[in-house]
Amino acid sequence: MSAWDLFTLAAVAAGAFFFLAGTVGLLRFPDVFTRLHALTKADNLGLGLIVLGLLPRAEGVFGALKLVAVWLLALLAAATVAQLVARLARREGDAGA
Amino acid sequence: MMPDLLAGFAALVLLSVAAGLARVLRGPTAADRMMAAQLLGTGGIATVLLLAAALDMPAAVDVALVLALLAAFAAVAFVKGASPEGTGDPEEEA
Amino acid sequence: MTALYLLDLVLVPAILLAACTAVGTRDRFAAVVSFIVYGLLLAIAWVRLGAVDVALAEAAIGAGLTGVLLLGALARMGRRADEAAAAGPPGRTLRLGAAALGAAVAAGIAAAVLALPEPAPQLSGAVAEALPALGLGNPVTGVLLAFRGYDTLLEAVVLLLALLGIWSLAPDPAWGGLPGLRHRARPEGVLAWLGRLLPPVGIVVGLYVFWVGADRPGGAFQAGTILAAVWILAVMSALVEPPAVRSLALRLALVAGPALFLAVGFAGLGLAGAFLGYPAAAGWAKPLILLVEAGLTLSIAATLALLVAGTPERAAG
Repeated sequence: MSAWDLFTLAAVAAGAFFFLAGTVGLLRFPDVFTRLHALTKADNLGLGLIVLGLLPRAEGVFGALKLVAVWLLALLAAATVAQLVARLARREGDAGA
Repeated sequence: MMPDLLAGFAALVLLSVAAGLARVLRGPTAADRMMAAQLLGTGGIATVLLLAAALDMPAAVDVALVLALLAAFAAVAFVKGASPEGTGDPEEEA
Repeated sequence: MTALYLLDLVLVPAILLAACTAVGTRDRFAAVVSFIVYGLLLAIAWVRLGAVDVALAEAAIGAGLTGVLLLGALARMGRRADEAAAAGPPGRTLRLGAAALGAAVAAGIAAAVLALPEPAPQLSGAVAEALPALGLGNPVTGVLLAFRGYDTLLEAVVLLLALLGIWSLAPDPAWGGLPGLRHRARPEGVLAWLGRLLPPVGIVVGLYVFWVGADRPGGAFQAGTILAAVWILAVMSALVEPPAVRSLALRLALVAGPALFLAVGFAGLGLAGAFLGYPAAAGWAKPLILLVEAGLTLSIAATLALLVAGTPERAAG
């Protein structure tokens, strides 16, 4: 197992941990806004770390750029969705547990 | 060795986000259900990327690319659906 | 690889759970969200089975179109559905009838699956043998555009017929007019920002998926779906209006793909001796297939986009 493989495993494991943390937050936090916080922070850091870990295994520069593009698009989606869902929840005032 | 470990992590990530299905069922608000779907979406992207690496199937990265491109679509339709007739924007009346 | 079975152990129950929730829950919104999740899990399952072409189609349809379509329908049925619910649940006969019909379909499918011979009959050897003559690298594209061309041509026509069906629901004053209601969005808001940022990226991804379809997983259907989805996002962000369905340019875009496919098919009658045949001379098949795929991408994008946009409801201004 090469040093790159160890790097991959470490980053992927850290990413998987953040996904786990995101789910725990989504299931355990008391209201819409805190759950939204858990979701948008944790799962995108999780995806970012997994993408980082897979970069050494990408097929060439183009493959690596594609992996980064996947992460950037997911970040864009998460940021937009967090804004829209939070505004909706605040307007409707249904942030109860 | 590496493919096995990557597939194992794919299973782990999928398992942790699939637990979010409980939020889809329990709600209580529509926003909660939508957020759980969003988490499953991001986790699904990660699972596909890990699978693509584990199976040495680079073309599968394109599936993750399409999922990431369209990741916001359901949530956009959801927030629009909350307005009368489903055509508004949660920002305009705020 | 044993760890893959670990993944199956998670994936299969999750698919079943999402499917049962989508069918079984009484909360309409939870049912729609479960169905969206179900589509996502299916896309992962297709990747797991190595069917990347199908996974791409499922990802684009499930994540891009079905969710938008169902959530939009849910928003618009709102009050009418509540009235129907107030009228009480459907009668026992209706429910038993629906259950019996569903069970019969499930039993029929199960019987068909169990009756498959072992090992399953397949033509993949014949496809692999004939593929080099087309100059393509992706066997799925070879099957769809050449070996099984009839099916693909008819599918493209079926999509058009479905669109005609939706248009025919238009009230008389709106016939030929603009589909759906007018969308609103705060011009400098987050939604409008996403609507400006994502479609250019989506067009690049869509063209990429079309172009790689000749040699890797991808193709007209997946590319058309992606293009339709980003166009719908621009409509939902109130940046563009759907065209009036009487517009000549729109109708040309809708029929371009099937018409081009038919033209190439008839040309095959003269050049290759068979309808939908490709000339045997080396180097001719691939450009023709790419031409048909380009036309189909345009037409499928326009058709799917207008299917989601819906029935004409406003007279053209």
